[in-house]
Amino acid sequence: MTEKPIQGEKRVFMTGNEVVAWAALAADAEIMYGYPITPQNEIMHYWTRLAPKHGRRFLQTEDEISAGFTTVGGVLAGRRAFTATAGPGNTLMQEALSMAEMMRIPIVQVVTQRGGPSTATVIYSQQEVTMTCFGGNGEGARIVYSTSTHQELYDYTIKAFNTAWKYRFPTHVLGDGYQSKMRESLTMYDPQARGIDMVPTEPSLGNEGTPGVDREPNHLRNTYNTEDELYDVVTNIMSDWEKYAPEIAEYQEYDVEDADVLVIAHGVVTRAAQAAVKELRAQGKKVGHFRPVTLRPIAEEQLRKRVEQAKSVLVVESAYGQLRKILDNAIYGLTTPITNFFKPGEGVTADEVVEEVNKLL
Amino acid sequence: MSVAVPQMPQCWRRETKAHKFCPGCGHGLVLKALGEAIDELGIQDKIIFGCDIGCSLLAWDFFNVDTVQTHHGRTTPVITGVKRANEDVIGIAYMGDGGGYAIGSQHLVNAASRNEKITVILVNNTNYGMTGGQMAPTTLPKQKTETSPYGRDVESTGNPTQGPEMVAAITPESAYVARGTVSNVRQLKKYIKRALENQISGNGFSFVEALSGCPTNWRTNAAETWKFIEEDMTEYFKVGELKVPSKKKEG
Repeated sequence: MTEKPIQGEKRVFMTGNEVVAWAALAADAEIMYGYPITPQNEIMHYWTRLAPKHGRRFLQTEDEISAGFTTVGGVLAGRRAFTATAGPGNTLMQEALSMAEMMRIPIVQVVTQRGGPSTATVIYSQQEVTMTCFGGNGEGARIVYSTSTHQELYDYTIKAFNTAWKYRFPTHVLGDGYQSKMRESLTMYDPQARGIDMVPTEPSLGNEGTPGVDREPNHLRNTYNTEDELYDVVTNIMSDWEKYAPEIAEYQEYDVEDADVLVIAHGVVTRAAQAAVKELRAQGKKVGHFRPVTLRPIAEEQLRKRVEQAKSVLVVESAYGQLRKILDNAIYGLTTPITNFFKPGEGVTADEVVEEVNKLL
Repeated sequence: MSVAVPQMPQCWRRETKAHKFCPGCGHGLVLKALGEAIDELGIQDKIIFGCDIGCSLLAWDFFNVDTVQTHHGRTTPVITGVKRANEDVIGIAYMGDGGGYAIGSQHLVNAASRNEKITVILVNNTNYGMTGGQMAPTTLPKQKTETSPYGRDVESTGNPTQGPEMVAAITPESAYVARGTVSNVRQLKKYIKRALENQISGNGFSFVEALSGCPTNWRTNAAETWKFIEEDMTEYFKVGELKVPSKKKEG
């Protein structure tokens, strides 16, 4: 056994992509499959430098379709495998993620969102929310963590492996190019030292013994002959997904108890929302912030409670309503007026949020 | 009363026989050659078998070996991913000509270029069988299909893909490349066996194309089917070994 990549705890100042590579190492990820795309590249750069020193592996594939499907293969072989991509690469990867959704393959995908549609811009956006949550020809049986700080990138990359292997749903760390490229302080740690045990992995293909002699063969498929067969498979997947959703869903709240205006934002935009709330509270204004950490599943019950309490809601995102659609679905039937502040592909500042909130007060 | 059970390779799964391929389909013969090769090499416990979309998916429960049915063209990367993650297994990617030469051609080309230590077995029946007989990369000139109803016009659709020739051109000397046919199962089995041995010895990529028949979509009787495989197809697709590591090639 090679030495642990991180002994105890370590305070560092680094880019988000470097953080993800270290987190995957600390989480005992065994193999990464990937294809170059900005702003994800440095996850591979750091992984390929660090991995051989710790007995881990890497394969650079011919495209993101292959990166997705080789990751599926690695997981089926029983390895803690992952991939990372962005934008058009995420589009190509949806095919493999659809297979993972159907076959309950615990694949981990890190997404560093860039602008869209199409090639668009290479650094920042929140326009991969719909695709990451609901891409592919499926029902969206996926788990999506939307991170906002480098500490969270570290924490949730480790957590994503455990969530994936515990519940056997494709699990996604949804970051963005700002988080990928900027440097920030965080504490890296050995998960075990903090009492976090990595959920053990197991092979779906290639177990001990001769199939048909010592044991039954594993015959894995995603194609079905009859509508009834498929119906049973999908309803089983979704009933598990619904059963586990409440224990998977995560959120954060800031000054929401007596808030007249509730600001809802996710990912890096929560930082602007948090700063705005702080500033407005200092002026004595009753403003709060609800931040979904998991976009899929969304913390529906808590979200409904807060929206119902508020007199007005402001939805802020660096996309044209991708978060809003998820919220609408969760709060259907509530009558609190909702205002949008959409900046597709652009960052949001605290000042802008303050200005938008003031219009509602 | 005793019922005569046809001779089957030991690694075939009897519970799922008779198989689900159309009468006269060549897949059963290719899978028989593969099954016998697995038996003779004694590697049933090491095999990870991947099958594609198209008729090849019907092999998802064919063997008593661990099996995964993937998407159209994606069996090559899935088996690549398995093998990269666990070098102790013997990975077989089983697909048709559409899966290997059209929708998954980038995977075949790059897996071959990287000299992945996997075995690809590709069944060439000159059309898309499962979807109802459309033109494939391998459809012969002037051959009628559902999307070339007046016969394949090579001026507008190009010439049939010669897969093994392409794979042989882009792989290093340690790769194994051959083209067999269901009209010579003993030879086909020998090629498949050598392909598997090449993987077992860690040499490199191994690839076998099997010429096969599709009487349902060709709308041919037994005699016409056999003639098409033995005469028409082999005129264009030369049977033999194209690349044999450190051995004299045959054919």
